[in-house]
Amino acid sequence: MAKKETLLTGAHFMNGDVACAEGAIAAGCRFFAGYPITPATEIAEHLSQRMPEIGGIYIQMEDEIGSIAAVIGASYTGLKAMTATSGPGFSLMQENIGLAVMTEAPCVIVDVMRGGPSTGQPTLPGQQDVMQAKWGSHGDYEIIALAPSSVQEMFDLTVEAFNLSETYRVPTILLVDEIVAHMWEKVVILSSEKIKIANRKKPNVPTEKYMPFMPDDNLVPPMACFGEGFSFHATGLTHDEHGYPQTQSSEVQQRLVNRLCDKIRKNADKIIRVEEVMLDDADMVVVAYGIVARAALSAVRKARAEGIKAGLLRLITLWPFPEKHVGKIAKQAKAIVVAEMNCGQLVREVERSAKETPVVFLSKLGEDPHTPIEILDAIRRNS
Amino acid sequence: MVEEMAHPLSKFLREAMMPHIWCSGCGNGIILNCFVQAIDDLQMNLDKLVVVSGIGCIGRAAGYTNVNSFHTTHGRPIAFATGVKLANPELDVVIVSGDGDLFAIGGNHFIHAARRNIGVKVICANNFNYGMTGGQQGPTTPLEALTTTTPYGNIEHPFNLVHLAAASGATFVARWTTLHARRLTQSIVKLLQKEGFCFIEVVTPCPEIFGRHNKMRTGLEMMEWFKKASVVEHFSDPAKAEITSEKIVVGEFVDIEKPSYERLLHEKIAQINKKAGELVREYAS
Repeated sequence: MAKKETLLTGAHFMNGDVACAEGAIAAGCRFFAGYPITPATEIAEHLSQRMPEIGGIYIQMEDEIGSIAAVIGASYTGLKAMTATSGPGFSLMQENIGLAVMTEAPCVIVDVMRGGPSTGQPTLPGQQDVMQAKWGSHGDYEIIALAPSSVQEMFDLTVEAFNLSETYRVPTILLVDEIVAHMWEKVVILSSEKIKIANRKKPNVPTEKYMPFMPDDNLVPPMACFGEGFSFHATGLTHDEHGYPQTQSSEVQQRLVNRLCDKIRKNADKIIRVEEVMLDDADMVVVAYGIVARAALSAVRKARAEGIKAGLLRLITLWPFPEKHVGKIAKQAKAIVVAEMNCGQLVREVERSAKETPVVFLSKLGEDPHTPIEILDAIRRNS
Repeated sequence: MVEEMAHPLSKFLREAMMPHIWCSGCGNGIILNCFVQAIDDLQMNLDKLVVVSGIGCIGRAAGYTNVNSFHTTHGRPIAFATGVKLANPELDVVIVSGDGDLFAIGGNHFIHAARRNIGVKVICANNFNYGMTGGQQGPTTPLEALTTTTPYGNIEHPFNLVHLAAASGATFVARWTTLHARRLTQSIVKLLQKEGFCFIEVVTPCPEIFGRHNKMRTGLEMMEWFKKASVVEHFSDPAKAEITSEKIVVGEFVDIEKPSYERLLHEKIAQINKKAGELVREYAS
């Protein structure tokens, strides 16, 4: 396949990892640093071929710690940058995800979730890193995490992840289960003018007046990059608006950490995306994401055929958690069924948001996700 | 009345970050002085200079230098700097960090950046211990030295940093002590101009933290050790340059030519795109 074009506009048959890589290119990503790991390796392999063709940088680092550190460096030098990994590598990246949060470095981290803990089941799917994505690094912070359910969404949500990351200067995580990453499906890539791209806001003050961490109205500071004539300092230490360390000031700590959380929390309505299927009159609601949401959709349709008023709330944004959407359906539902490929992670957030409405949890680990019949059974039992 | 005069190098410092955190008798100020003197000597374009450091006493040097600067997590300045250099090869990227940051927690990044020959420049302050956390044993602590975590004497063999750098593939390797300020500055001038991965180890006094446990309570006593033990031997075998209480071999050990990673990468990109261009023309005709 000749792939000299930057954007492969047209219809393709490809796997999820490749669609993610092409989505990154479409979003303007020009720097990838990674380390081989199943089941995310195809993203690196594909970008090692594609990046040089379009003048971008691909580098294989010595480990995942180095990969995320290099990504942050490239981001601060003005390139849109990404890394891709799986659970073990994602664990290694956590400290520097905190650095990206603290220094507000836009970047995208793809975590193709295998079965864990530890080395676990490298070639099998899981949804076990959902809480790690939110809480993995130390300290209080907010990130954004998206969960694609199809190969088309691997492309679309990678673009979206870059847009959100650039808009809010926050690491954005694509949480993918192994099935979506390795599945082959049709992907339609639009022409460049039809793909919405967001870029970080640049400072519009004279260089000597630039304060690197002075936020705008949306709580996000405009970002200068190395080599642009702004002589600024950034640090993982608690810092003031000049970027200077303030390790003894409670006031600066409160102001900074609250802003880092608030820039996501207060913009949550703009960030969050869900898909609502047959929810208008639903009194039995299934909440699912990733590959499991596709089995859930099938189960909901079967339940409707049986006369049960079932609906699906498919979570596209996992973090910040769509608590308003869950709260709304909880008011009309007799019960909520949550299906996840873990021992109970996002279900805790659903329970918190659903208040009094009963929440039924369906766990599944190992090779196969939930079947539609398993989810249908849960709908029947609770309707 | 005495007129207040600005130090000729103070333009390179962020005065808002002063006073610095370093102890009296510490050599980090000498290292920073030599570094900015070299920048001044070369009349470098400060907009194109990026200083990166990790965690530790000398790690504050990035913030003190009035250029583009970044203070990373512990051990990661070289990996961060790799991203900077590859994203914009026009930038001069200098890492100023300590022996614990670069060779214990960050050792993996050091050897691989040297192997790849990424064109970043590393200046390492070697004070033989973890100063900022109160003087624990580190990867360069001499055998039998007393630290807060080797109260019975250190039984770990220390790294010989210049040997490690040379064996890993660095194109320029030097070692000086803070006593050799003039020669250190000259080596930094070379390091800043050279292609590829370059490394200078600066043996520096740490009287308050390391020296106090090892019978060198003042900066002067540590400098006297450097004076007594230092032997200038240019291009000697780095494998034989272990630091002992009797002998510190200083000088330039390696100065070789080797294409940098970023040069090879951009040549490769140009080659690929030329080929891609030719293919397009073939299809068109």
